Amino acid sequence: MAELKAVTGRGLPDRVREADHPQSMLVRFGPEAPLKLDAGVALSPFQVAYQTYGTLNAARTNTVLVCHALTGDQHVFNRHPVTGKSGWWETMIGPGKPIDTERYFVVCANVLGACMGTTGPASTHPATGMPWGLDFPVITIRDMVRAQAMLLDRLGIDTVFAVVGGSMGGMQVLQWAASYPERVFAALPIACATRHSAQNIAFHEVGRQAVMADPEWRGGRYYVEGANPRRGLAVARMGAHITYLSDAALHRKFGRKFQDRANPTFSFDADFEVESYLRHQGSSFVERFDANSYLYLTRAMDYFDLTADYGGVLANAFRAARTRFCVVSFTSDWLFPTADSRAIVHALNAAGARVSFAEITTDKGHDAFLLDEPEFIGIVGGFLDSAAAARGLPAAKR
Amino acid sequence: MLTRSRSDVVMAQAARSPANNVRLDHLLVAEMIEPDSRVLDVGCGDGELLKLLENRGVDGRGIELSREGVNDCVAKGLAVIQGDADADLADYPDDAFDYVILSQTLQATRHPRMVLEHMLRIGRHAVVSFPNFGNWQIRLRLLFGGRMPRTHNLPDTWYDTPNIHFCTIKDFRDLCLTVGAKMERARALDAWGRPLRLNAPWWFWNLFGEQAVFLLSRRDG
Repeated sequence: MAELKAVTGRGLPDRVREADHPQSMLVRFGPEAPLKLDAGVALSPFQVAYQTYGTLNAARTNTVLVCHALTGDQHVFNRHPVTGKSGWWETMIGPGKPIDTERYFVVCANVLGACMGTTGPASTHPATGMPWGLDFPVITIRDMVRAQAMLLDRLGIDTVFAVVGGSMGGMQVLQWAASYPERVFAALPIACATRHSAQNIAFHEVGRQAVMADPEWRGGRYYVEGANPRRGLAVARMGAHITYLSDAALHRKFGRKFQDRANPTFSFDADFEVESYLRHQGSSFVERFDANSYLYLTRAMDYFDLTADYGGVLANAFRAARTRFCVVSFTSDWLFPTADSRAIVHALNAAGARVSFAEITTDKGHDAFLLDEPEFIGIVGGFLDSAAAARGLPAAKR
Repeated sequence: MLTRSRSDVVMAQAARSPANNVRLDHLLVAEMIEPDSRVLDVGCGDGELLKLLENRGVDGRGIELSREGVNDCVAKGLAVIQGDADADLADYPDDAFDYVILSQTLQATRHPRMVLEHMLRIGRHAVVSFPNFGNWQIRLRLLFGGRMPRTHNLPDTWYDTPNIHFCTIKDFRDLCLTVGAKMERARALDAWGRPLRLNAPWWFWNLFGEQAVFLLSRRDG
């Protein structure tokens, strides 16, 4: 402990403090409530950090659970405690927005394995007083959802009005509908798939290898050795970030423009704007994200395969679902292409579920779900409004 | 299917019931559907028919090609997926629905026979409404005008119409026989949206009907 304090004393960033003592609401689960993981071990004790917006109604029927993506966190609609930036989904959440904080009680929890207050590899291992590091068990999307369900139990919320999320968040939405169909009234899986593709696993592996190849990673023990695999994580982020965009979006934004210069320098400086942009993405990411968390969360996505979990027949995952679904994909998303969303829709149709599906035309790639895409926002609003009417929740004040 | 929303615009001006402003051809389709049944509307446009059916207690689903149509439908609370009758019906399991509806869309599909066969596989019944190309006005226009006919319901020029497979009522009957569909009921509307006499002979419907609605079932069922 003294060793860690010494490290912290040298001015480790806020990020490290957030892992154990987040600037968020916190629920602690003691030995009486272990989290049984798919890996076959129990995690105990553990904690879940979360944010809420709006007010829970008397009947406790107006909860919207937002599931965040790989590098997201619970700060959907408030200033981020580490970066100082505004919430990551303020286009979608807020008063009068589709996820209307005047009508719904919005909950977003940091996922298991992440680094913003929910237990993960950067959290302190209670037995050793040191960060878990690679002693943290490998977790799955289903484990994340189990932890969220335990959080809602603790908050006294039996059923949620809607579960909403994009990318890895969308995987959680699908897992929610499969694991707890009776607890989910409406589900909005966005830009996701029921299983991670070989190509996506391959990209993740490149990212992990970049982290682990950094000598500062120190076999995952960098916390206690005063190191941080910044370069490795930054490279992982740069590679991944390309997959979140599209050729057209990169071309429109940067083209072949030079960065603050008229001519090439005939060096390996960031001559091109796009290089400079990626370097910035990489270096700002390491300020707020834990390298080991990146390994664990990408692994959880790799392992996600609902079809395999349900005997090779995806429709069986939704057999019991009375949930109403709205599946959304984006035309230029090549990480989770529309074909993946159509597979979800086919399975839901085969299971007789009530499903809507829209493909949004955009050139902004996978990240379009985070951006101000009016058509997308309109679809989400329309779906939630009609589901709210069916659930007996008040209509929007417009 | 190709530019479905445009044909909706045209059809939105179709004859409507003075009582409740509902399209008469929609009413004709709705009358063929039992309450509390499960229905798939293929090419559901802006969801007007589906909404009418849901208000009558039907559990409805839709497929629509145009994004505008899907957006309108989702905003109305309808369960509609973006898709194409020609490509996506194959993915539906057998007997998933009581009725599969193809309203004013048959003539715009690439493979009408395949679409009809899928409809009869997916649903116990199929309901098909389509414009009758055997109508006397169309015959006269072709006979005396010598050009591809255009009417108030079918205003597109030949080179930009989404309707690539026009047929007459007689043609459609032949297709039903070819695919082994049983014709349970049929109605025809004249140019003013009035139903033609039920006991009129087929040649009369084929000449005076402007649109027709057929309720079909599988011959084995």
